[in-house]
Amino acid sequence: MALLEVTDLNVHYGGIHALRGVNFSVAQGEVVTLIGANGAGKTTTLRAISGLIKPSKGTVTFGGKVISGLPAHEIVALGMAHAPEGRGIFANLSVEENLEMGAFLRRDHAAVAQDKEKALALFPRIKERLAQNAGTLSGGEQQMLAIARALLSRPKLLLLDEPSLGLAPQVVALIFKIIRTIAADGTTILLVEQNAFGALKVANTGHVLEVGQLVASGPAAQLATDDKIRKAYLGVH
Amino acid sequence: MKTLAERTAAQRPNVALTALLSLAPLAVGVIAAFLLQAVLAPAVGPFYAKLVLDVGIAILLSVSLNIVNGFAGQFSLGHGGFMLVGGYTAAYLTYYGSIALWGTAEIHGGFMEGGDIFFMVACVVGGIVAALAGLLVGLPSLRLRGDYLAIVTLGFGEIMRVVIQRTGDVLPVAEAKQKGMLGSLTNVGGSLGFTDVPQYVSPTPWLEKTGHAGIFFTYIFVAICVVVAFRLKASSNGRALLAVRENEVAAEAMGVVTARAKVTAFVMAAFFAGIAGGLFGHQSTLSPSELGFQKSIDIVIMVVLGGMGSISGAVLAAIVLTLLPEALRNFSQYRMIIYALSLIAIMIARPQGLFGTKEIWETTWWRRLFGRRTKAEAP
Repeated sequence: MALLEVTDLNVHYGGIHALRGVNFSVAQGEVVTLIGANGAGKTTTLRAISGLIKPSKGTVTFGGKVISGLPAHEIVALGMAHAPEGRGIFANLSVEENLEMGAFLRRDHAAVAQDKEKALALFPRIKERLAQNAGTLSGGEQQMLAIARALLSRPKLLLLDEPSLGLAPQVVALIFKIIRTIAADGTTILLVEQNAFGALKVANTGHVLEVGQLVASGPAAQLATDDKIRKAYLGVH
Repeated sequence: MKTLAERTAAQRPNVALTALLSLAPLAVGVIAAFLLQAVLAPAVGPFYAKLVLDVGIAILLSVSLNIVNGFAGQFSLGHGGFMLVGGYTAAYLTYYGSIALWGTAEIHGGFMEGGDIFFMVACVVGGIVAALAGLLVGLPSLRLRGDYLAIVTLGFGEIMRVVIQRTGDVLPVAEAKQKGMLGSLTNVGGSLGFTDVPQYVSPTPWLEKTGHAGIFFTYIFVAICVVVAFRLKASSNGRALLAVRENEVAAEAMGVVTARAKVTAFVMAAFFAGIAGGLFGHQSTLSPSELGFQKSIDIVIMVVLGGMGSISGAVLAAIVLTLLPEALRNFSQYRMIIYALSLIAIMIARPQGLFGTKEIWETTWWRRLFGRRTKAEAP
């Protein structure tokens, strides 16, 4: 059975129908990406899954348990971590305090310390800057911190919202490389991206979202070569 | 090399010892309070003793408001209102309670005897009632932020003030005896103020007259408040508040129950504001007009000037802003202009407040002056 199962997910923002019946699933150990243009509903989908907004209709099951309607902190406790869009770091807290916030709900301190070491090994640049205010980091470093922080909750499923947003191409490549490392380590990932090309290279499965609906789904490699998709989303003519 | 996990485990301290050590700052605070009262107050005379007292109440107010405005980043303009609620509760209890217990509204007994204990309990009850009001005001903060929240909290303070102004006159002793405590619930003085409150918080050096140890009482509560604020800031609950201030959505994504965090901040801050109101109210007449909008603004200025979230900043700003108008007395009618100009000057020079979100010993200039280098800085 799939780790995450999204069925007929609908979200309204006031009168705006932002998600219109989205269905997909994420299997254990898989990297799934949602791609699509601005305003397609990618971020909304992630937020509805992690409990930051309430879906108006539909269900989300996580590890066999229905989680749609649960508050965010209960979903975090079940093993889902969300690295929100625009990084969402705590600018006036130190890098280390930011990391510790990732383990906010955990009480197994020894294991947290171990996970911290593991996460820092993944991001040596973060390790050099532990005492510094997080707001003084560069954009790429902030993104790394946001991912490292999410990992500290030892998630079964990691939700990443546009990790490549506003970063230099070199840094984007680095971030995608790290995502691949995390996935290889056994963490299941749901990746939302505008950078469709990069995302499809990392992912096993891809879904294309357009004005609140999935318009195409399939193995990532196949989507990346699909002519229609290439034209519409990959900027290849 | 040992792993980090092993090193952390090795450093985990003994629980009983830690609990005992955590009381040490409180003990230091109580001793300091005693010295301020017994040594400093007689040495400097009644005028300066009154300033020492005012500074203590100001510290209590700014450090507690800092929990809401500084830690949790919720802009509250209701601190004067919480003071009012706590102050009137405590004054009602000591005045009518003293009459019920001892048949007179005078100060009862000597230093730390019945009357003093009763007064301190009344202050704590005032704090608890204010904390309940804080719970009520905290709830709208779940849906409002920024200016909108400020308006709601401001409205709360003004409502409290108007309600108090509509109450009846304070009953004289004989009538109060006859009507009993419940019967005199609405007789707290109206707009004229609560007169004849037993003056437990008088700055008069206590050696001169029994029962007068206002500075001692005030600084005991200051010590408790400051210790609580520091413990909170270092705890995971306090970290949750800071996270809410920095980025509410991200805090929620980390598993912080943002609603509970915000309401807790309001309740804690209101509790200490209520106690401060009790202390303030037992000096002479407690008047509702003194605890209005202006009072709330004064406290907000202290927090902003000290730096949002900086406890040492809040303490220093409370001291400076209480003493500054007194130091400027020589300029007579230009006093408030100079006061306002110096505030503007400080805010231009330090827009983030004196210490920003840091404590004084975390600032770079402090480290440069007194610095052992911390591990994180060492090469």
